[in-house]
Amino acid sequence: MTTTNEPATSHRDGSPVVRSDLTEGPYPEDTPPGQDDTWYRFRNDPAGARRAELRIAVCFMVTAAASVALAVVYVLGGQPQAEGALLFFAFTGLGVGFVLWARDLLPGHDIAEDRGDHSGSETARQMVVGALNRGLDPMMERRLLLKVLGLAGGVFGIVIAFPIASFGERPLRTLYHTAWRPGLRLVADDGTPVRLGDLPINGIMTVFPEGVTDDNGLAASQTLLLNIGDLPFKVYPGHGDWSPILNGQRYVAFSKVCTHAGCPVGLYNRGSHQLVCPCHQSTFDVLGRCNPVFGPASRSLPQLPMAVNGDGYLVARSDYTEAIGPGFWNRGDGSNGVKPT
Amino acid sequence: MSTTDERMAARKRAEVERQALDAIDDRLGSSSFLRSAMDKIFPDHWSFMVGEISMYTLLILIITGVYLAGFYHASNTVVTYHGSYKPLDGVKMTDAYRSVINISFDVRAGLVMRQIHHWAAVVFLAAVAFHLCRIFFTGAFRKPRETNWIIGLTLLLVVMLEGYTGYSLPDDLLSGTGVRVVYSIIESIPFIGTWLAYVIIGTTYPGENIEPRLFVIHEFLFPLIIIGLLTAHLMILWRQKHTDFPGPGKTEHNIVGSRLWPQYTLKSAGLFMIVFAVLAAMGGLIQINPIWIYGPYTPYAVSAGSQPDWYVGWLDGAVRLWPHWEFRSWGHEIANPFFPGILMPGIVFSIMYAWPLIDKRLYHDYAEHNLLDRPRDKAARTAIGVAAITFFADCTFASATDLLGNNFQMPFERLIEIFQYGAFVGPIVAGVIAYKVCKSLQLSSSHPIKRPTGGIIIRSAEGGYHTLGDDHGAGHGADGRAGNGHSVDGHDGDTVGADGHPGDGQGRPDDEIEEPVVAAPAPPAQESGPS
Repeated sequence: MTTTNEPATSHRDGSPVVRSDLTEGPYPEDTPPGQDDTWYRFRNDPAGARRAELRIAVCFMVTAAASVALAVVYVLGGQPQAEGALLFFAFTGLGVGFVLWARDLLPGHDIAEDRGDHSGSETARQMVVGALNRGLDPMMERRLLLKVLGLAGGVFGIVIAFPIASFGERPLRTLYHTAWRPGLRLVADDGTPVRLGDLPINGIMTVFPEGVTDDNGLAASQTLLLNIGDLPFKVYPGHGDWSPILNGQRYVAFSKVCTHAGCPVGLYNRGSHQLVCPCHQSTFDVLGRCNPVFGPASRSLPQLPMAVNGDGYLVARSDYTEAIGPGFWNRGDGSNGVKPT
Repeated sequence: MSTTDERMAARKRAEVERQALDAIDDRLGSSSFLRSAMDKIFPDHWSFMVGEISMYTLLILIITGVYLAGFYHASNTVVTYHGSYKPLDGVKMTDAYRSVINISFDVRAGLVMRQIHHWAAVVFLAAVAFHLCRIFFTGAFRKPRETNWIIGLTLLLVVMLEGYTGYSLPDDLLSGTGVRVVYSIIESIPFIGTWLAYVIIGTTYPGENIEPRLFVIHEFLFPLIIIGLLTAHLMILWRQKHTDFPGPGKTEHNIVGSRLWPQYTLKSAGLFMIVFAVLAAMGGLIQINPIWIYGPYTPYAVSAGSQPDWYVGWLDGAVRLWPHWEFRSWGHEIANPFFPGILMPGIVFSIMYAWPLIDKRLYHDYAEHNLLDRPRDKAARTAIGVAAITFFADCTFASATDLLGNNFQMPFERLIEIFQYGAFVGPIVAGVIAYKVCKSLQLSSSHPIKRPTGGIIIRSAEGGYHTLGDDHGAGHGADGRAGNGHSVDGHDGDTVGADGHPGDGQGRPDDEIEEPVVAAPAPPAQESGPS
């Protein structure tokens, strides 16, 4: 390794590079001290330079070879693993080649330079203030103009934002109502209507209002139907007929939309009769009218009022009596009062 | 070729160069700029590559993203699939999802591009986060670089949202669930949430506009902002010059490293190629986001183990950990997701934005700094950073409670409770440990090879002996608090032992020491100073 001690010169303004700082402390022994702008690792070692050149050439050859192989793979129809691997070799060849070239055969290491002062002089700053006030002073004198401009800007600024409202409809009705209507049959996701008695004890299925096919309707109306057998169910006063019973087996239906963040509450623990939301693990106790017992949800899953029609099919008694899903600012008082629209 | 030929060729090339540069300079007058630009010095420390890596992954994201945009259909129209991936034959899905399936199976090189793009996003965020940590722990955000700290944090915010919108484009089951959760979080914002959610999505969830809107945000709006901010970030860096670690030959007023041309240019280009190489290998060989397995999004289906990409994990985890609070009164309510989804990140980012100011107060240090701190020398700052990282890690792991529960056969309820306590206890414990470690590292030597081992015994002018630190130790806290941020050698805010006194490496006031003698095990006293 060469150790030339000739001082480097700065080429920016012709003045010499500030080297004094470099002499403050000793260099670690593996670092060549006081490199100039033409020094590179193998400058005084032609044999080493030749070897370095060869190494770099091999790197670039790898790229060339990988590129040819890449072309073949692509023309033959492409194969992701081969493409990835060959791209890796092609890029690695270039990358390592560049780095070795810079390290071994190119100058410009360990140069010290004065940082200089990037902030402006006092005079310059004063001149900027002067220039600024050349405009601001006479503008500020026109009080009337400033006031009227403020008025115009304020009004126009608000009105110009009106078109943003076109991006969304008025968020009222759709948040409080789903597609459930009195007498609509409960159907499975393949459209089959569900009869009282179709579910085994402790059975569960996802049901929708008959005839609803659009994603928005399905998303809001998705409901879980459960047969809880003869287990004690906490009936809300006056809601006894919301959950039909056949042969001692009670059928209950709850909104599948989690009241925490809106995921479908898709997991049912048959042992503990708990519904678990797979997103954030909110847990609802089915027998306690789906009140939250664990996790971040703080509101029960709304219960769908059900009835049985003349043919023995389960139907909705009405829409949900409160807004389903997560809370929102103007949801109401949080009880079961649905905001009328 | 003979030397004369080579010389002739060089002369000829110089003439051509000259003509080209003349042509440019006549029109733009760019010579002096080009000159100083090519001479510009960039320091060589490995940790400075991380910012570069994030820049290059961004470039790779743009390249692969433009490619993918050529095949993606930003449409929520429902279609029936009849393509080459047989398991999904006849399945109803959105046109968006079908187009991504087509990219994966029918577009030649499509899958590798898609997976490079996704891996690049994952690595991009990791590099940005690492870069942020490097800046924080070394104090690189201090004057005059506060502006770039603020721009950088804004970049982090936009880049997280950019990653999230991209994750949502394929409209698979996983991403659709992610959109649902974010919709609920937006909905929970007081006063404006309901309207904001509607403005973004057009109607109730899921609506028909979500993919087109996400697409224009992902491939136009956010990239525009990112490129704009990044340009400002780099121009300011260029103007202010890079920071550097203290070391031999380095002061506040100089910069030591490689010239932009040719050394740094080739090294940096090499780094770009190597980053691309690694991402290409990952994109080709490691499967990521196999949306054909997840299936198309249906609003009433969800799978357990729904996880976002890692950089959103801390938010998802916080949403899981937050207690079931909601506030309802006067006909209005603040729903639960607001607190972990909006308020908590809002506070976190506010503290980060304000950190340069907080740091100035903490260390009473308002001076300019070009030399970096070693993390151990600013023990309080380092402890706070470690505590914050522990908090993020706790939340991130909490976002995998269901997977962890399955793997370790533990009920998820217990795991969530553990992570809830962990979110409080973990940062405190980690912060205290970090603080102690910093302090003992300060006491031990900065460079073990360079300084004598054992304690230092001082012989006073009267001829008495004492161990350094015994009666001088109360003075200068190396974190600058006790010593009001001015180190003994007059370098404002610099810390003892890291103050650009190369070769000394011990950071003790020179005028205190007459004859350092290496002695047996008494602890060396790095921190002693004039009391």
